[in-house]
Formats: sequence, C-alpha cells, structure tokens
Amino acid sequence: MSFITVENVSFAYRSGRTILDSLNLTIEKGRNLGIVGESGSGKTTLLRLLLGLAQPSAGRILLDGQILDTRNRAFMGGFRKRVQAVFQDPYSSLDPRQSVFNIVAEPLRALKVQTDIESAVSEALAAVGLPADAARRYPHEFSGGQRQRIAIARAIVARPDLVLADEIVSALDLSTRILIVDLLKTLSTSATFAVVSHDIALVALLCPDIIILEKGRIVESGPTERVLKDPAHPYTRRLLASTPRLPPPV
Amino acid sequence: MNGTAGSMPQTEGKMTRRTIPLSLIVGGVIVGLHLLAGLLTLFWTPYDPTAMVGGRLAGPSLAHWAGTDRLGRDLFTQILIGARIAIEVGSGAVAIGAAIGVTLGILAAFATRTLDDVFAAAFDILIAFPTLLVAMLIVAASQTASLFTAVLAIGIAGSAIIARLTRILAKRVLSMDYIVAARVAGSSWPSIVVVHVLPNIWPTLIVNLALQFGLAAMAESSLSYLGLGAPPPNASWGRLLQEAQGTVYTAPFGAIAPGIALVTLVIGVNLLADGLRAFADPTRRGRR
Repeated sequence: MSFITVENVSFAYRSGRTILDSLNLTIEKGRNLGIVGESGSGKTTLLRLLLGLAQPSAGRILLDGQILDTRNRAFMGGFRKRVQAVFQDPYSSLDPRQSVFNIVAEPLRALKVQTDIESAVSEALAAVGLPADAARRYPHEFSGGQRQRIAIARAIVARPDLVLADEIVSALDLSTRILIVDLLKTLSTSATFAVVSHDIALVALLCPDIIILEKGRIVESGPTERVLKDPAHPYTRRLLASTPRLPPPV
Repeated sequence: MNGTAGSMPQTEGKMTRRTIPLSLIVGGVIVGLHLLAGLLTLFWTPYDPTAMVGGRLAGPSLAHWAGTDRLGRDLFTQILIGARIAIEVGSGAVAIGAAIGVTLGILAAFATRTLDDVFAAAFDILIAFPTLLVAMLIVAASQTASLFTAVLAIGIAGSAIIARLTRILAKRVLSMDYIVAARVAGSSWPSIVVVHVLPNIWPTLIVNLALQFGLAAMAESSLSYLGLGAPPPNASWGRLLQEAQGTVYTAPFGAIAPGIALVTLVIGVNLLADGLRAFADPTRRGRR
C-alpha cells in the first residue's frame, strides 16, 4: 500500500542549479526503503522535501493521496504525527540545554498527542535500550551511540508510520553502528524506515527496497537483493565496487 | 514498541551534583549588600540626606563613616541612597535594553536575508554612537532630567549592542540540527524561540547584560555628573562624584567613597552573572 508518493519532483535553487530532477518513487507502509547515493547526489534535499522542510520546484509529494502542503497547518500537524526523522549528527541534533525527557517528549507536546507523556517517554527510551533514569540526564552525559538512541526515541515516541533516517550511523564507530542497525531492525516491526545513506551495505541490511540516486536522478530502483546481485546501471556497479571489504585471511 | 533494553549497553553518564561557583557566592554577597543597603534607605537612613549634620568636608569618623560633603551632609547616608538609585538605573536600563534588544535580535535572526541586512546595518549605525551620547540626546529631546528619563535613555542606547549580540547568537542556534529536529517534531517558531533559542543564547547574553548593568550604572553617574541624570535631592553616585570634583585634593574621600561603591557594584554584578551562567549550565555537570 503506497504511503508516500513522489511524482515528478524536481528541486532547483534560485541560481538555477538543479539538485533533483523529475523523481518518482513510492514508500510503502511496512517496507523499508533505502535511498543511496554519493555526496551531492541529492539525498539530503530529497529528505528535506519528504519532511516538508522545503517545497519542490516542480512536481508533488502525496501522503495517502493528499498533497503535502507545507502552508496547510492542519494538514502538517497530521503529517508530523505520521512522519518523523532521525538526523546524521547525534551531537548537534540534541539540544544540549534540554533534558533527555524534554527532548523525547517534544513531539508529544508540540503535536498535542493525547497520551501520558511520562509513560510514553519511558516506553520510547526502553524501546531504544536506554534505562528510565536516562530521562533526567542531559545529552552530554551520553556517548555518540546513546545519543543516537535518544534521537531515535524522539522519532518513535509519537508512534509515526514513517521514520526518515539520514545517515544515522555515519558519525558512529563500527561496533556502535551494528547495535544501531540491530535496533532499527527491531523497530521496523512498528514503523517503516526510509534510510538515506551513502553506505549500500547498511541499506542492504535494513531495506527490502532500494533506489540509487546520481546527480539528482534515480538511476536504478527495485528490490535490494536484485539490485545488489544484478546491478543494471554502471553507477550502481561503481557504488558496489567501492564498498570496503576485509582482505581474505592469510 | 519492542523492548530491547537487555541487549543495550549501560548508560555511562553519571549524575553529579551541581557545585555552586565561587563567583556566584561572591557576586551574590556583593550585590546582596548593595541591594540591602538600597532597600534599607526606603525605611531608614543614618541621617537625613538633606540635613547639614556635621562640619563641612569632614573626614571619616565614628559619627560619619564616610565623612561629610561640602555642605556638611553625611556622605554614608548619600552613598546608601545612591546604591538604590544605581540598582534602579542598572536593572531598569538593562530590562529596557534587553526587552528591545532581544526582541529585535530574534526578529533579525528569523528575517529574510535582505531584512536581516537592514537590521544588521541599523544595529551597527546605532552602536557607532557612544551610549552616553545617545542617552544625552534622548534626555535632551525629552527636555526633562529625571531618573526615569535617564533609565529609559540608557536602556534604549544600550539596546543596539544587545540586539546585535542576540542576532548573532540566535542565528548560530537556528543553524543547529536540533532546530530542524524541533521543526520536524511539530514545534512552532514561537515555541522554538522559547524552548531552544533563548535557553541556548542566555548564558552568553546574561554576561553581556551584566556588563550593560555596569555600563548603565556608570552612564547614569556620567549623566548625573553632567546634570542630566537624577536631579537633586537624589543622591546618585554620579552626582556625589561631580560634587566632590572641586574638593578632590582637599577632601578626597568625597570622591573615593562613591567611586568604591560604584566599582564594587559593577564587579559584583559581573561576578553574579558569570556565576549564574556557570551554575545554570547543564553541560558543566558530569561532562563525558
């Protein structure tokens, strides 16, 4: 079932520089989607459009058939309840002056979600593997991986249908990456994730579907398994070839 | 949501108690003493501030702790009253300056690029004029020298500096990912200002406001010195300094006593602000 539909979406700056060019894609409920591309391919711009933080220069984005209209306050309230995000840098995405409780509770308060905020925050923290007393602490008291868990807790606390994850493990060390990937796999049972990354291996672990972006265009899309096994586009082959591998044991 | 706590690492952070910074204690005591002295004069003063109660230009004694002025009035009584005036002027001017400056600074930070440039240029032009000169112009324009006019003038004159600092600090905060996260979480812009922008800019702002307090107290002294501040019989420290000017070599204590009072108040306010900033900063607790 199509949840978000992107129809012929383009994005260009006033200077005329085109970032995204006639994109078409759908995000289906319950099926994680990986959006892969190198730096400058337009991944983050696409994410901003999907989050309603910017307006496409052309085309439209639909949520359950309704046009994503950032000027429609009532629509955006409902949209925010259903679509949340986790950002790349766990150090700058958490307000250093807010306690973890206030950070995680922010969507519930802002969106006026009718729930017991205290228990919802505890539940979200437990879901990401943080103890309840973490709520009283401040971001600087946590490691990078733990901060990213707090950011994930904030994204899932309002029980959204879709979580857009922007390079969420790129700022973390390898062992922490594995823990966060495992966590996202577990959370995928209750929310759909759209994982934006330059790391094709990460996307392969989490997403049954993938799109490959190059210079603002989708050059390949389809089931991840098929794209990885039999890449049709030279750019996809180049991306796959550039994935780091351990040398064979001597 | 599925609980996954069992497979997760233990939180490494440790809660540590807030320690009260020494600057907060020292600043609090100094400002507290000035405040107490100022409040006391509302109910009681050692002598009538306008009465000639001793010899002219007498030095410090048990009867007159700071000596007397050229009319034989008790200087200590006038310094106590001056503390109240300095605090009124300092806090009043800072409150006016902060209300105008922070509002304009935040508006500039949110404005479009063109409008922001206009704001920035306006702040720079206002800052180019010395605070005292602007305050003198405002007092002159109002055609009345009163304590309220002095407070208003000093507050307005200082607001441009606060506005420029607020604009710079707010723009930096607005570029952070947690602001984007707040927008995605559904927070409105006014809520973002209250919840994220102001708490993140106030530590730097409060130090600046403390400096402004000192400048305001000194500006009032200067205005009084020029006869544009609190009119007699208000015993402002500036007026005391002005009156002691002619006798500074024969009776130096008339200038030294209000000078010490003014300097200690400014130091106290700065220490207090710095201490408050340090005490309220959550990132100073249990830093990793």
